[in-house]
Amino acid sequence: MDRTIARKSWYRRNEIAVTPWLFLAPGVLFFLVYVISPIFQSFHLSLFEWNGLGGENNAAKFVGLRNYEELMTDSAFEVSLINNVKWLVLYLLAIPAGLFIALFLNQTVTGIRLYKSLFFFPFVISQIVVGLVFTWFYDPRFGLLNEILGWVGLGPVNMLGDPDLVTYGIIFAGLWPQTAYCMILYLTGLNAVDPEQIEAGRLDGAKGWRMLWHVILPQLKPATFIAFVVTIIGALRSFDLISIMTNGGPFGQSRVLSFYMFEKALSEYGFRMGYGAAIAVVLFLIMLIFISYFLWSMYREERGH
Amino acid sequence: MFPTPIEKTSRSWQLTYQGLLPLALITWLLPLIAVAIFSVKPSGDFTMGNYWGAPSSFEGIVNYTRVFTDSDMPRYLFNSVFITVPTVLGCVALSAMTGFALGIYRFRSNLFVFFLFVAGNFVPFQILMIPVRDLTLDLGLYDTKTGLVLFHIAFQTGFCTLFMRNFIRALPMELIEAARVEGVREWRIFWFVVLPLMKPALAAMAVLVFTFIWNDYFWAVVLTQGPESQPVTAGITSFNAQYGVAYNMLSAGSIIAALPPVMMFFLMQKHFIAGLTLGAVK
Repeated sequence: MDRTIARKSWYRRNEIAVTPWLFLAPGVLFFLVYVISPIFQSFHLSLFEWNGLGGENNAAKFVGLRNYEELMTDSAFEVSLINNVKWLVLYLLAIPAGLFIALFLNQTVTGIRLYKSLFFFPFVISQIVVGLVFTWFYDPRFGLLNEILGWVGLGPVNMLGDPDLVTYGIIFAGLWPQTAYCMILYLTGLNAVDPEQIEAGRLDGAKGWRMLWHVILPQLKPATFIAFVVTIIGALRSFDLISIMTNGGPFGQSRVLSFYMFEKALSEYGFRMGYGAAIAVVLFLIMLIFISYFLWSMYREERGH
Repeated sequence: MFPTPIEKTSRSWQLTYQGLLPLALITWLLPLIAVAIFSVKPSGDFTMGNYWGAPSSFEGIVNYTRVFTDSDMPRYLFNSVFITVPTVLGCVALSAMTGFALGIYRFRSNLFVFFLFVAGNFVPFQILMIPVRDLTLDLGLYDTKTGLVLFHIAFQTGFCTLFMRNFIRALPMELIEAARVEGVREWRIFWFVVLPLMKPALAAMAVLVFTFIWNDYFWAVVLTQGPESQPVTAGITSFNAQYGVAYNMLSAGSIIAALPPVMMFFLMQKHFIAGLTLGAVK
């Protein structure tokens, strides 16, 4: 009897301090097991040579930094890395493109709501479907692209069969849903733009570009930030499109790090877990630059409040 | 409003704009329109080279029925449902709690825990791939829907916590203070005060997670391998292998696979958009 009172009062006294941890426990536990600790495990694994199988003959062998040394001379790794840079740079085009469409659609004519929804469509459907659709669009035999090029007397091109063009072709397919995403961010942002500032700008004689640059864009900063975050993440995560459109080909020229890692670790090209982990670590470190920047921005925002 | 409202511009630009809108839309959705047309064509059209012309006959009903009767598609669809729905429920439950903890209480490691969730949400999948696959194998959950669901819940909790916490931060703290003064226990504050206010945020999150998980492909191929437990995104690829040149079938299959998130979007549009902006753009 006494003990229950004592326990109750301890909890009562510390209720505000203890409650958040009770509420956090399940989420944090899940996240630690499935997300945080695997990151460290991958770092660890990248120092081993392991075929992913169990049993004594297949034990992981410590090789130090040998996997990373091998990466330096691996030409497929180099191609993947260069392609990642192309993805990063070109994917950012989704931001101005999205802004452009948002400005185009930011009107109040009848039916505009439906137009906005339909423009957003590509983002809602799976990248697998987007990939299939664009594979047909590029098809050298019947693809619509060559039909259109034919009308103006150009082509034909074999977009996905040409080692020099293939990555650009896939990025273009990826830009389609990504632009839709950025568009919706800007449409929401434009809704919240202060009409008085626009009026003030108009009185000062600002129009068109000048208005956009000096009055509108500064107010769209939160939207631009999120568009930047999701586009960078999207560019570095690109996997589905490559997998469905080219499977890394032709001659491995459309690989990116995320795809190459998967190939090395889990596909028919062999089960080199340690080497795969090393590629993943490189990709992670690239991402970490951006993650640090995002977190730093968020931190400043938090302190600002 | 920017740009200048159309009704305040010249008559000619108004007309141009009205004409431009549908044109732009058709161009923008051209790839999807093509797939829709493909999906109602008879197979003969493709062998005859009639790819982009009008369908020689309307075979929509036949094609769509065949997707359901002649392939593993229904199975994949069911798998997707049984992967997506539990994940959404799990995420909503977990992140309502984590969001509450991080949004309401001020304690020392609050921001650190929050940033851990945010950072984890941004990592490339590949850094998790091998350990998560091994863990799933060790748990005996490889090639099961449960294995996939557990991982998805864990990973999406990062994003959902970010979202819920920001939402809860914007709630009036006076409500909670007032309840505390009344002597209301903390868990009751969660259940009776905060949770009802979180409904719109929970709805936004649910639709978004639904779409993310429904469209997931990477984890489906890493953690599962057959029609037994693979979702429809992975199903499409085997469908592709089976019906590779039957473009009409493949198109019909793709449209069916894409339909649930599209419907979700149209039904819950407002919530969906609120979710996409991560609650930061109002």
